Amino acid sequence: MEMASAVTEKKKKRMRGKKPWQKRNILQSEVKDGVRITEYNSISLREIKKPSTHIYPGRKVIDPKLLQKYSKGEGVEVKSIGYKNKYLAHKLKEKEKAFQEAEAAAARAEILLTETSGQLLAEDDSYTSHITQRDIRDAVDITSAAKSFDLNLNQFGPYKMRFTRNGRHLVLGGRKGHLAAMDWVTKKLHCEINVMESLHDVCWLHTETMMAAAQKQWVYIYDNQGIELHCLKRMDRVLKLEFLPYHFLLCAANETGYLTWLDITLGKEVIRFPTLKGRLEIVCQNPYNAVLCCGHSNGTVSMWTPNSREPVASILCHPHPIKAIDIDPTGRYMATAGLDRVLKIWDARNLGECLQSYSVGSGASSVKFSQKGLLALAMGNVVEVYRNVTNGGASEPYMRHKSGSTIRDMQFCPYEDILGISTYHGYSSLIIPGAGEPNFDALEANPYISLSARKESEVKALLSKVPAELITLDPHSISQVDTPRLQEKLDAKISLLHIRKPKIDFTPRYRMKGKSGSAQKFKRKQKVKEDKQREFLQAAILQRDQFMEEDKKNKKEKSKPVEILDRFKPKKKS
Amino acid sequence: MSIKSIKVLSRNPDHYLRETKNDIHKVQRNYDPDLHPFEAAREYKLALNAVKLERVFAKPFIGSLAHSEGVSAICRHPSRLACSFTGTVEGELKLWDISHKKCEWTIQAHNGQIWAIVAAPDGGSFFSVGNDKTIKRWSLQRAQEDNDEFPIDTWLCDSIITGITHHRYKNEFVTCGERVLLWDANTKAPKFSYNWSTSGDRNDASVVSIKFNPVETDLFASSDQANNIVLYDTRAKEVKKLKMTMRVNALAWNPMEAFILTAASEDYNVYSFDIRNMNKSNRIVTLHEGHTSAVIDLDYAPTGKEFCTGSYDKSIRVFRTDEGKSRDVYHTKRMFKVNCVLWSGDNKYILSGSSDHNVRVWKARSNQKLGIMKTREHAAMNYAEELKRKYGHFPELRRISRHRHLPKHIYHATLEHRVMKQSRARKEANVRRHSKPGTVPFIPARQKPVVGLEDDETNMPGSSVDHENDT
Repeated sequence: MEMASAVTEKKKKRMRGKKPWQKRNILQSEVKDGVRITEYNSISLREIKKPSTHIYPGRKVIDPKLLQKYSKGEGVEVKSIGYKNKYLAHKLKEKEKAFQEAEAAAARAEILLTETSGQLLAEDDSYTSHITQRDIRDAVDITSAAKSFDLNLNQFGPYKMRFTRNGRHLVLGGRKGHLAAMDWVTKKLHCEINVMESLHDVCWLHTETMMAAAQKQWVYIYDNQGIELHCLKRMDRVLKLEFLPYHFLLCAANETGYLTWLDITLGKEVIRFPTLKGRLEIVCQNPYNAVLCCGHSNGTVSMWTPNSREPVASILCHPHPIKAIDIDPTGRYMATAGLDRVLKIWDARNLGECLQSYSVGSGASSVKFSQKGLLALAMGNVVEVYRNVTNGGASEPYMRHKSGSTIRDMQFCPYEDILGISTYHGYSSLIIPGAGEPNFDALEANPYISLSARKESEVKALLSKVPAELITLDPHSISQVDTPRLQEKLDAKISLLHIRKPKIDFTPRYRMKGKSGSAQKFKRKQKVKEDKQREFLQAAILQRDQFMEEDKKNKKEKSKPVEILDRFKPKKKS
Repeated sequence: MSIKSIKVLSRNPDHYLRETKNDIHKVQRNYDPDLHPFEAAREYKLALNAVKLERVFAKPFIGSLAHSEGVSAICRHPSRLACSFTGTVEGELKLWDISHKKCEWTIQAHNGQIWAIVAAPDGGSFFSVGNDKTIKRWSLQRAQEDNDEFPIDTWLCDSIITGITHHRYKNEFVTCGERVLLWDANTKAPKFSYNWSTSGDRNDASVVSIKFNPVETDLFASSDQANNIVLYDTRAKEVKKLKMTMRVNALAWNPMEAFILTAASEDYNVYSFDIRNMNKSNRIVTLHEGHTSAVIDLDYAPTGKEFCTGSYDKSIRVFRTDEGKSRDVYHTKRMFKVNCVLWSGDNKYILSGSSDHNVRVWKARSNQKLGIMKTREHAAMNYAEELKRKYGHFPELRRISRHRHLPKHIYHATLEHRVMKQSRARKEANVRRHSKPGTVPFIPARQKPVVGLEDDETNMPGSSVDHENDT
């Protein structure tokens, strides 16, 4: 009897929390002619769950590495909030879910990317660096071969050059005043003028219809027909121009060390200040955070924003003057080349950490990253392209090209496998397979943009023009919680210790019977002023004293040595 | 030649360009985050634009319905959105087709002011009460046929009736005036009389506003000249009487959270009570402030998330139920003192009747776009809303979205009230500083407007008939 009861109890325990139809694997149970007929399920539930037996196993699992690429950050720790506020926790969870879905959707959309990256393989017994441009031209299709061409411009060199953001248009600026803009793919010339002055740098503005040219004295803006639109006299003796496309800021670095940011939508100067670092010729922008990086003759690289007259960062990169710097389009790596014939790769976000250091045969006059991470080095009249420079795998060049004259400037063409080099005697474009991003985003930069689409995108871009105040080292800082930094805390403490009298603005009321003479008025004013100031000071001093006392108490408690018998003391109630 | 294999990027333009003008635009997308820098900063700028556009499109006034006299009462039809009733201070009753701004029917219903109008729950008829001590019931169908001048029913009373409210579904209604009377629509005499007049002073118990609870349907609340808010139950006759420091002009129940009773007070504020906590100090859940003169009327949105108030400061304010400051304020150059407000049944419009002979129609959300929207437009609106939610706490956005241009008199009155408030606080602090510690207690702002609760059974009102029998 006892045994039986124990068994039923056990059974009860097992069944607790289960609904009656979940008790056994019953498929069907009905009473027929007074007899219950029960059909049992032969397959257990666990077996059904196995994906292998299922016809449709669900959506394809996304590669975690791919998910990582589209990750929007770690997310919020919901657990810690859930204890106090279930509603908030639920809300956060939903939000987190939405983020994850967005990430997954972006990762899944990668299947729609049609183009694949270019590549070049050499025969087993040879090197890719031995492959010449002529070999490549012979090997590739005719349209690609047409992209490799030379322009012989003997008269007005050396040339500076720049591609537009969509990689379709090219502007060339010769030192002796030759300015030419062209659609380099169709080889259609937009304009060709001589500015009749020395020309130091050229730069496209937000579209291919406008370009800026740093001339002998001022910076000029021309349209694509070569008509002078503006003369910017706030930018004088400029050596280097940069354009920040999302902020619509034209940045100029000047012979005397001045940096200028000019908002081209309003034509207003945002800020202009001296860096006090001497001649600024080696300047590049960080496309990730719109910070300007300047290389100096003392071997340092300083980073500047329009929001501070001090550099936001300064790194000693080389013991010798810096010859060239560049930052890769993702904003992760910075390459610097010094006069000491060393090429260094830096982590551009975690500043001060040198990732790689290579010694280069002769001093590099220019370095440039491509969209896919290739690095081009210009040394005299030779340009070498390296792969895997950031992880140390660049022992020998991926490609090498010897030009007819000394290279003055170069740039990888965005969304194309092309490296453009401008020399003392012209321009040539080289085919570098695997340099460009194969899949463009039409809403950011579209090489095949139509006129109406360009107009529309211009309006859209203007509407989402990022204010210059938001330029910081960390571009995500706006979406993060603003916690006071240590320095701010210290400042607050100092301001508490140094009390200053407040300014009191008080105008006495007019009174009759000669009581509002200037002397009387002044007296009354003074009295009110003193009273209020005294009151403030008393309160402030009281606060300060309290603070100091607390500080002292804390210090005392900390400084007290712990004795062995202290553990038997009654615990303090807080 | 030493090339083993080579591939160079070579796109066929035909894949990226549309063939003819009638073809769709081909938009190649690549969601790689590296191709989309400054995501947060650009989003912030878009949010800023969205907030600015919201203010640009904030044009809440739609139109006005002209009357021959100041409007004193307004009522919506329970089931038809475009149908509304208005009553003027000279006793004119009007039936409106709001969507066409057309008056469908006008009648001289009462001699003197129409104090209140209420529609029967079936929507077939509606009641009006006026200064001529009558309650009249009108048929909607006959009114719309426009051939009728007589009410279906008339009840005569011995005193002026200043308010009326109908039971949610029963054939009963309650009127207020000197006494609170419960009527059955089928009989001519009141079913029950709640008589609070203890002092014999007529003004003491003159009830100004009365409202049935829409959910707990036998419960109703009234407010009277003696600064009381009284809660009644038609079944149990149990009452709770809360004494306030100032008179309450209008009452409204939250239609979704029916335990919230909101009172528009003479002291420029609106108070939301939780009637479950009437005997506790936390009875006022939210104190809504912003008006610079007595608040005359209020009405809840059908969602229960917002309500609007009309005030003697010639403005209408829209409050969120859980926020102390108003979400929006509506005013025009010509609008005078607002006597009555109404939130439409589709949560899109606000109607306000004022003493300048007009009923004005406003949008409930001032930047709302009227009419049919395209899908893309909808998507853009939703995106803008989400951006505003995400970045709304930034100081620049908050400043723009909160800024309202106010008429001079309201602006200056607000400043003046602020000074007054500060000086009162300063005085209290001074008194506290110079008196014995503990003698001047800190009273929270939510407890200040309440004097106390009268809740004992002995003080319960009986019917006036019973009283006569006793004596």
